[in-house]
Amino acid sequence: MSIDIDTARRVAHLARIAVREEDLPALAGELSGILTFMEQLNEVDVTGVEPMTSVTPMRLKRRADVVTDGNIQAQILANAPDAREGFFAVPKVVE
Amino acid sequence: MLDLTFTPPAPKVIQGAREDWELVIGMEIHAQIASNAKLFSGASTAFGSEPNSNVSFVDAAMPGMLPVINEFCVEQAVRTGLGVKAQINLVSAFDRKNYFYPDLPQGYQISQLYHPIVGEGEVLVEMGPGVARRVRIERIHMEQDAGKSIHDMDPNLSFVDFNRTGVALMEIVSRPDIRGPEEAAAYVAKLRQILRYLGTCDGNMQNGNLRADVNVSVCRPGQYEKYQATQDFSHLGTRCEIKNMNSMRFIQAAIDYEARRQIAILEDGGKVVQETRLYDPDKGETRSMRSKEEAHDYRYFPCPDLMPLEIEQAWVDDIAARMPELPDAKKARFLEDYGVTDYDASVLTAEAENAAFFDAVAKGRDGKQAANWVINELFGRLNKEGRSIAESPVSAAQLGGVLDLIASGEISGKMAKDLFEILWTEAPGADPKEVAAARGMKQVTDTGAIEKAVDEIITANPEQVAKAKANPKLAGWFTGQVIKATGGKANPAAVNALVAQKLGL
Amino acid sequence: MTDLNRLSISEARDALRKGETTAKALTEACLTAIEGAGALNAFVHHTPEIARAQAAAADQRIAQGDAPAMCGIPLGIKDLFCTKGVPSQAASRILEGFRPEYESTVTTQLFEAGAVMLGKLSMDEFAMGSSNETACYGPVISPWRRQGDSAALTPGGSSGGSAAAVAADLCLGATGTDTGGSIRQPAAFTGIVGIKPTYGRVSRWGVIAFASSLDQAGPMTKTVRDAAIMLGAMSGHDPKDSTSADLPVPDFEAALTGDIRGKVIGIPREYRMEGMPAEIEALWTRGTEMLKDAGAQIRDISLPHTKYALPAYYVVAPAEASSNLARYDGVRYGHRASLAQGDGITQMYEKTRAEGFGKEVQRRIMIGTYVLSAGFYDAYYNRARKVRALIKRDFETVFAEGVDAILTPATPSSAFGIGEMASADPVEMYLNDVFTVTVNLAGLPGIAVPVGLDAKGLPMGLQLIGRPWEEGALLNHAYVLQRAAGFVSKPQKWW
Repeated sequence: MSIDIDTARRVAHLARIAVREEDLPALAGELSGILTFMEQLNEVDVTGVEPMTSVTPMRLKRRADVVTDGNIQAQILANAPDAREGFFAVPKVVE
Repeated sequence: MLDLTFTPPAPKVIQGAREDWELVIGMEIHAQIASNAKLFSGASTAFGSEPNSNVSFVDAAMPGMLPVINEFCVEQAVRTGLGVKAQINLVSAFDRKNYFYPDLPQGYQISQLYHPIVGEGEVLVEMGPGVARRVRIERIHMEQDAGKSIHDMDPNLSFVDFNRTGVALMEIVSRPDIRGPEEAAAYVAKLRQILRYLGTCDGNMQNGNLRADVNVSVCRPGQYEKYQATQDFSHLGTRCEIKNMNSMRFIQAAIDYEARRQIAILEDGGKVVQETRLYDPDKGETRSMRSKEEAHDYRYFPCPDLMPLEIEQAWVDDIAARMPELPDAKKARFLEDYGVTDYDASVLTAEAENAAFFDAVAKGRDGKQAANWVINELFGRLNKEGRSIAESPVSAAQLGGVLDLIASGEISGKMAKDLFEILWTEAPGADPKEVAAARGMKQVTDTGAIEKAVDEIITANPEQVAKAKANPKLAGWFTGQVIKATGGKANPAAVNALVAQKLGL
Repeated sequence: MTDLNRLSISEARDALRKGETTAKALTEACLTAIEGAGALNAFVHHTPEIARAQAAAADQRIAQGDAPAMCGIPLGIKDLFCTKGVPSQAASRILEGFRPEYESTVTTQLFEAGAVMLGKLSMDEFAMGSSNETACYGPVISPWRRQGDSAALTPGGSSGGSAAAVAADLCLGATGTDTGGSIRQPAAFTGIVGIKPTYGRVSRWGVIAFASSLDQAGPMTKTVRDAAIMLGAMSGHDPKDSTSADLPVPDFEAALTGDIRGKVIGIPREYRMEGMPAEIEALWTRGTEMLKDAGAQIRDISLPHTKYALPAYYVVAPAEASSNLARYDGVRYGHRASLAQGDGITQMYEKTRAEGFGKEVQRRIMIGTYVLSAGFYDAYYNRARKVRALIKRDFETVFAEGVDAILTPATPSSAFGIGEMASADPVEMYLNDVFTVTVNLAGLPGIAVPVGLDAKGLPMGLQLIGRPWEEGALLNHAYVLQRAAGFVSKPQKWW
């Protein structure tokens, strides 16, 4: 599978990573190379094989419905690049 | 149990400029699970707290944080599934839905795309006596709620609060079986009623604890039947999804507007574009959501932090054994056991607490009379005073006692109302029988005393006697006079009989 | 005692218990060694105040006779572990300035056992890499050099800071994490021991995630005994990690009997790769002989899907990473790009992530994004999960047939030079993981043991793979191999 520049641009945007237009061809080339490497997987006969769901099968852990956490607003906001009035602030979002 | 058979309601038909159109509606209801703690973290779900106070490091998606599931939430999803007669999947799994948004700290929502916990079920939506739509449920899955972005606190910034982030939701997905705005609202109301009966969601729409995404399309008459026969969606029109509706009234208005918008496009020779829209209640219209416009690619994949959720059939059976009586069964029972009208049965079963109150009053008594009293006197009074059933000053046992006094003939209906008033305002918690005795409320049934009063009135009013003999309907005047003369204590039935006898009617 | 920093954990423990030294003295020796080792660039956040306070507390515990094995042992902590109040940034610019308000389960357990944290160790950014060149702090330099050559070599990656620090005696042991070989490959490159335990043995809570279904933390130490001691302190059930196993932790050190008579060692033929250096091949043969001489039975085995492990890994790991790294968005912590007039939320995300993530991390995020995107999920991700199931089944089959442990090379070569792979295709760098990724895909325990030096004087290691949850037996095999190999070489101090 070879990735064209449009696909590379779309993937970069989906991943929310700014890529300069002039860097897209190189990116597309690299991604294509990696995908070609992955295409070896097509040689494997996987008919009837269930995809692996958990690495070590065990019963999913459960919690009781008890409030054990929270009320740590200061710690939640401590590392924020921009926090105001108890909120995280970000550039305006248009809905 | 009564054998209730329903006929489906006619679909809503909208007359376009050129031809008739029908509506096809499917819904995704997001119901917040009534839990203390969040789905994957131990933070509180309380509403209206300080911003970012009900937030753990897990909810804020701090590096290295991991989810652990709240078992109570799983149980509520199972209960809800059983409540809509759905298949419970003993193995379900969590997937990540990836997208970027400031109120989604992980950059993904943990949901259940590929293997939901609840499969196919159904909800019966009554649209009148004997008329109901059977709406198929496609699936119910658990997922995390997002946080809240506030856009109006600063001209250049949005403010984000994660208190709601990670709260457990059930997404209840219907098939496109709803055929009009009223049905849509009735469907939401019915689902809300079931959830409230189960206690799995409080149904508070104002706080956003129950909200609906509504998929609307229009088609020509006859097309829907083709879809139903084949389940092939190509017979239906292109749909638009109206997001995040939290009012029954707006749901109806939005569907109506959206259907007319689509019809106008189609009749103009245009094409409806599949998209996500937002309803603006101020303008009464739907508009395209700009932020959702770009093509989404959610890159769902199984959440590697959680292995599949396996539950045991015995656990499900145990939950099933502890299910409360649900609205449909309760209504059928009220109709059969108490002989109440369809309308009264609907009113009485609207809320589980009301139904329980009525049940306690009506048990072993005249059901119709109990219904009249509960609906007219009790609910009427509560409504007027803005109180809930739990705050009623008169208990079910007291009201039952009042009805018993009527039934035994000890007090008249008029006295019963007075007694109810006394119990409500002056003597909360008192035994109605004792109050009646203390207040001298006792209906006279002694024929001798009544006869004497009848004789006196007849003797004193010869012209009225003549009129009554000419027109027996006027005999009621004597009954009134006798009751008045006995200070309201004479049993009206006994008086009636005597008056008729004495007048020779 | 001199050169306290050169002690192994077990030696230090014994000396502490006998009162021959103190945690304070050990800690000071390490702090001095670290100060003199700036050229290695292994320690990137120094925490001498914490170390001294912990050492004092440890000495008190030892004096009171309450001294678990790790009490008073100075350690380095990989930058991937969140440590409260101490920078924890996965060697990434995107977590610049981030100081967690919480402590990872692993470091909590180590500290509760009395261990001392000297500081944070460099690594490949977000644990993505095999050479430690992708760290935002600049590359870590291996203490090893080729004979007669002063060229800077890589300590391997991603736990390269940990490997370099242990090999250079800057600490007695270090924490590492291993997603595709990130403990075992650098251990092999630097002549130390590194074990990746069974998936679920060690809690992932508070460890910055790379690929959740593959990540597992483990110790990097000077000896197999040290690995057993330190792994015991790191292991255990954690209710905060759904994938952590609720199993008792055996006494791993007690399993080191040195007796492997009658055990069956599998030699997988698929690991004999084309173009494998003769020295690696010879090392493998020598290791096989050593185990045979110790009384083990050697058996040729087949793990037929080995060839597909690397491509499967490079689908699964980037896919999970693309999602795990979505949280680095400049909203709640770490780097946020400065914005231009009119920039909105999307520009904030795109600029922040472009500035914050290095090239390799960006590349993997994009690969992961692509393989999960609409229309490709089945062809790549789901297929890789199926191949993964087959790889796991390969191991289950040989274990069911009586194999106790599997012996393979740890790396396809000895350490390479810094920058030597710079112009290489990314896939060439990925080939470093060829012997180690299978173990992560199958969730098995694997250990790298130093066995010899190559002609250039660089360490080479072998890998032993064990049955799930049987780290004790695996460590015992490694212990036998280590004793037989008698590897005692140390890098000559040049820094």
